[in-house]
This record gives sequence, structure tokens and C-alpha cells, in this order.
Amino acid sequence: MKRQIKICHLYPEILNLYGDRGNVIALYRRCLWHGLAVHIQPVTVGEAVDFLDTDLVFIGGGQDREQAAIYRDLVEVKGPYLLAAAEQGMAILAVCGGFQLLGKYYRTQHGEIMKGVGLFDAWTEAGRGRLIGDVVLETDLWEEEPRTIVGFENHSGRTFLGEGVKQPLGRVLQGFGNDGASKMEGAVSGNAIGTYLHGSLLPKNPRLADYLIRCGLERRYGPEGSYLTTLNDELEYRAHQAAAQRAVARRC
Amino acid sequence: MLLKGAVRVRFWLALWLGKFLALACRILRKRGSTFPGRIMLRVAPNWLQGVASGPACGNVIVSGTNGKTTTASMMADIMRQAGLRVVHNQSGANLLSGLVTAFAAQLNLLGRMRADIGLLEVDEATVPKAAAELQPRALVVTNFFRDQLDRFGELEHVVACVRRGLPHISSLGRVVLNADDPWVASLGSDSPAQPLYYGIEADTLATMERHAADAKHCLQCGHPYTYRRLYYAHLGDYLCPSCGHGRPKPQVALKAMQRLDGQRQQLVIATPGGEIAFTLGIPGVYNIYNALAAIAGCLALGIDLTTIRDGLESFASCFGRMEEIMIEEKRLVLALVKNPVGFDEVIRTILASRQDGEEQGVLFAVNDLYADGEDISWLWDVDLEMLTPHQELLKGIFSTGLRREDMALRLKYAGFQPERIAVVDEFSAALGQALQVVPSGGTLYILPTYTAMLQIREILFRQGHVSQWQV
Ligand SMILES: [Zn+2]
Repeated sequence: MKRQIKICHLYPEILNLYGDRGNVIALYRRCLWHGLAVHIQPVTVGEAVDFLDTDLVFIGGGQDREQAAIYRDLVEVKGPYLLAAAEQGMAILAVCGGFQLLGKYYRTQHGEIMKGVGLFDAWTEAGRGRLIGDVVLETDLWEEEPRTIVGFENHSGRTFLGEGVKQPLGRVLQGFGNDGASKMEGAVSGNAIGTYLHGSLLPKNPRLADYLIRCGLERRYGPEGSYLTTLNDELEYRAHQAAAQRAVARRC
Repeated sequence: MLLKGAVRVRFWLALWLGKFLALACRILRKRGSTFPGRIMLRVAPNWLQGVASGPACGNVIVSGTNGKTTTASMMADIMRQAGLRVVHNQSGANLLSGLVTAFAAQLNLLGRMRADIGLLEVDEATVPKAAAELQPRALVVTNFFRDQLDRFGELEHVVACVRRGLPHISSLGRVVLNADDPWVASLGSDSPAQPLYYGIEADTLATMERHAADAKHCLQCGHPYTYRRLYYAHLGDYLCPSCGHGRPKPQVALKAMQRLDGQRQQLVIATPGGEIAFTLGIPGVYNIYNALAAIAGCLALGIDLTTIRDGLESFASCFGRMEEIMIEEKRLVLALVKNPVGFDEVIRTILASRQDGEEQGVLFAVNDLYADGEDISWLWDVDLEMLTPHQELLKGIFSTGLRREDMALRLKYAGFQPERIAVVDEFSAALGQALQVVPSGGTLYILPTYTAMLQIREILFRQGHVSQWQV
């Protein structure tokens, strides 16, 4: 029997900045190519979701107005269930605003504190000026080359990591990262990954996409059920390479 | 011109330098739509102020995310129909340097203005400065979509930019607004100039196709809008059920539309001065909005309805937006793509002509330079999946440009077979190969981002296929 994976896309109609849906498209296609039966459930404000029967969650970013629209639903209604499922190994990819909301809190320009879900031991402070541009990271999530992750960041929040976060998504080789100073980008907590790299992150970083799929499978089938086939990722790596080269070229 | 002392000296120095540089560019056949203006602004940063009162009939600014160029070109045709000589910054050169270049071209060396009216397509972020210096008689706003967010920041910020231009509209001037776009319409409530709203009021055009992602929530209270009718992306007849904030009644309104064939549509439009009916030679709801903006803009300037109708009927599709070129027996269609909504519309056009049995090839050309938007993530918001079922019928699929691999990857994840996509390094090679696979009588669609469009046009110019290169 075909192995299956259940993916939940949180607030797709509201948090959909910068091509975030590209990440879901990548997960969907790659699951099919790996021979898995894949179910993608879009979930919006006020809709119930059974995180206990969900293997992988994706949440994207939005503008301030849109983040405000989902804030209560995420933090107060779904948050506790999300947290419990994450503790049991549910995989999560949270991008940009989603990353911030899964942290401990967000401090606005006026010093107001907005509580987050608290999945990551991380907090965000509003900053002056946006951090925008190409990013190249080096990650410790896997051993095989390339261990680089390429993407594009665009955020004004500065995110700081506490002791509870064992590792960032990667070390910044190019770009700003979480706070523009620490040379760290994103956060990894168990099977949850937060990052500022938006849009077409997963298509150009197939190893990261497969890492998440494997985490999702492991939650449903255990370590022996989390194997994946080898795909032809030539085009993916050409795009990966091109992005890295553009990042360097633009700096000069 | 009321210029004094050093400012006056700088104005003349800049003008002569600009005239010289424009001439040099023409002689060298260099692309230089904004180069002279950039240098002129270095010499005289407020140069525009000096020419603002030059055109006897004043100035008009057109801004917004999509449709600026088409709307302005329609208005230019109408103005010419009215017998006016127009200063018009062409080919999307819509930053300050482009405006300066356009004005300089219409001044002789003694500073005499040859044009009667200034018609300026202006980038949203440039509106405050351009309006302050030009004191326009009318400001026409098309729509606000997310577009190149890496350059501008959030949509709110873009809207705020245009809002800062409102106080500079000359007394008795008008602000011409799209009633169907909540963001644009919101400019009307705090404008010192009297708003003139345009919009669609034709049930037959309503769609439920796409969710209104760019303006879903009430701008006053945050509650989701309900749309009585949705015409295009987030444009429609919206109402907030919580606080009652809704669409203002459009004074210039499309009442009926009949599609004549793939390209032409018959429109009936109500205006404060009566109804007009005419044939618009370009397809799509987005072009209806452009025509409404142009009509309302020209009405705000006092141009009569007959002239407006005649001008629109003669309107030919302008630079970059679905430009057609014949090469031997093959039709080349150049369609600028710069954001998901516009890209989707181009794909729909391809599919529509596919139904008429047209043999087709497609060439994507994606760059990521400043003017294109450095962040190309938006490609993933384009509904390329619409094209996937037709991949086997396409004669060829080519991807070129600085981000050709990303575009190819987007197609692969839309379900295209990777071996069907030819990734070609050079623009001219890509163009050559693509033209080869399209049979005589067939059509090659070229979908470039802004700077890729310039590069492709330059190649076509050198090969003699485009007769005129607008400097
Ligand atoms: Zn409201």
C-alpha cells in the first residue's frame, strides 16, 4: 500500500506573500514523485484542523494587516494544539511572518508586546529599515553536499534566538539573516523549521524539501518508514547554483 | 519660467547638456530612455519645476500598479485627436529621470515648449515629487497590486506614496480613481481635489475566479469584505458587512460589453455627459479598466465625448503590452510580464487564441535586475498550471534571461516535462531557436520581464524587425 502524507497549509488565502505557495507546490510535486499519496488541507481562520492526524504544516507570511487578521486564531485557538503536535514530531515549515508568530513574542515599534505561539524559543523586535536581498546559508541539517540553502529575504523584524533553539536553519554566508548581526538564519526546534527565506525556497532547495517530507513520514511510519527515492534534481540544482551566483554577482 | 539666480543657471545648463546627450544617444543608436534625464537631475535636481508651466494646457499624471502605460497611451491618442501636442514619457520610463528626459525632448535650445499638454506615466514612489513639481490638473490612479514588493515595501506604503501627491493637484483639478479597487478608492476620502470615480457595473463580466488576496479586508475595520460582484482580481463591488464601508458609486461606468472576436470588444459606457459606445481593439477586463481610466481622465480635462470615442477607436496597442511584430510569415507577440495578475492574463490570452487553432511557441525571458524586481518569488504566484494541459500542443517552450533556470523550474513544478523546456543562455540564441520551431502562420509568444523586454527589442531592432526605437 502507498504510504501517505497529510500536509496542512495554514491560512493560504491570507498569508500568501512573495510566492509562498511555491513551497506547497514543491512539497506536493515531490511527494507525488516520491510515490506518496499526498493530501493537502488548506485551513483558514475559524476552521478546525486535527493536528494529531497531520504530518507536516506550512505557514507563510503576510503584511501587518493580514497577520493581524489571523493572529487570534493562530495564537489563541490553534496554537496549543499545534504545539502539542509539534512535540510529538509533526514537521513544520514557518516562513517570515509565520516564523515570527511561532516565536515567543513580537515587540512592535511602540514597545507593545504581542504574544506568539512559543514553539520556537525566539523573539522578534520591530526594526528600522527592511532587510532585503539574496541569501546563501550553510546548514547542518544534512551531511551531503551541497549543504547550502539559497533564498530571498525581506523583513523588518529582527529575530533573536534563545537557549532553547539548538540550531539555526543555517549560518549566513551571504545576506542579513535573523537580525542582521548574528550571522544566523532561521531556527530549528525538533522537526519544526522557521525561516525568513520566502517564496520559492523549497523548489530550489530540494534537500530541504525532502528533509521536511522525511520528518513528516517519520511521524506517521517511524524511522524505517521514512525512506525516499532518489529524484532527478538536475534542474533544481541549476536554479540553486544560479541563485547563489546571482547573490554573489549582486554584491560586487 | 520663474527661476532665479543659480537655479536658473543650472536649469539652462541641464537643458543644453540633456539635449546634447539625447542627440549623442540617437547618433550612437544607444538605448537611452532615461540617461540624459539622470545627468540633468544631477545638475538641476528640481529641473521639472522649471518646465511645469510650459505646456499651456497643464500636466496630467497617471499612476498605479498595472495599466499605467496603456492608460496613458490611450489618453495620448485621445489628446492628439483633440488636436493637442503631447509630452508623453514613453516605454515605461516612469521615474523622475524619464519625465525629465521627455520634457527636455519637447523644449528647443531656447527653452520654448513645443507641446500643449504634459501626460506623464509616473511610478508610485515618484508621485509625491513629480506632483509637487508639476502641480498636475489631474491625477489618474489605475489600481494597486502587489508588484515588486522588494523595491517598495508593503502595499500600504505604495498607497501612502500616491496619497502624498494629492495635495499638489492644482486648484480645480481632479483626482480620477478606480472605484472598484478599495485601495484606490480610499484616496478619494482624503483628497483636497474632487474625486471622479470610474468602475464596472455590468453583471455579465462578474467572475468568481480568483480570490481577492490584495485587499480582502475592510480598510476601515479589518472585517473581510463581501463582494457583490468581482470583476478582476480584487476589483469589484465590495461592501464591508461590519462597518458599511463600500465602493463609491462610479460616475464613469461600463454598462455593457460584447465580445466581437478574440481581440475586439464593444463597450457601452455611462458618463456624467451621456453615454458612449465604441469598439476597443484590445482584449481583457484589464483593458476595459484602462479604457475607463483614460475616459475619466480625459473628461476631467474637459475633452468632449466624441473626441474621446474617436481617440479610443484609433488606439493601437502600445509599447510592450501585447505588441505584435511580423517576421516573415510568423507572428511575434511581445507581452510584458511583471506581476502574477498580468502574467495570468497573458496566459489566458494564449489559451484563447489556442482554441482558434493557432500554432504556438512560448519564450519566457525572466531577469531579476532592479527594474524587474530583484525578488522573483512572484513567479510562484502565477497560475502556470493553466498552461500545463496544453504543453504537448506547444511547438516549443523556451526559457532565457538571468533567471532562466528559476522559470524552467517553475514550469517543471507546474507539471511540465523538464525535457520539453529548452533553457537557453543568450537572448538572441533563444529568439532564433524559438522562431525556428514555430511554423509559418504560427505565433511566438514572448513573455519578458521589463529589462528582458528592452534586450529583446534591441535585438529585434538590430535585425531590422522593429522599425523605430524610441529613445
Ligand atoms: Zn469595515
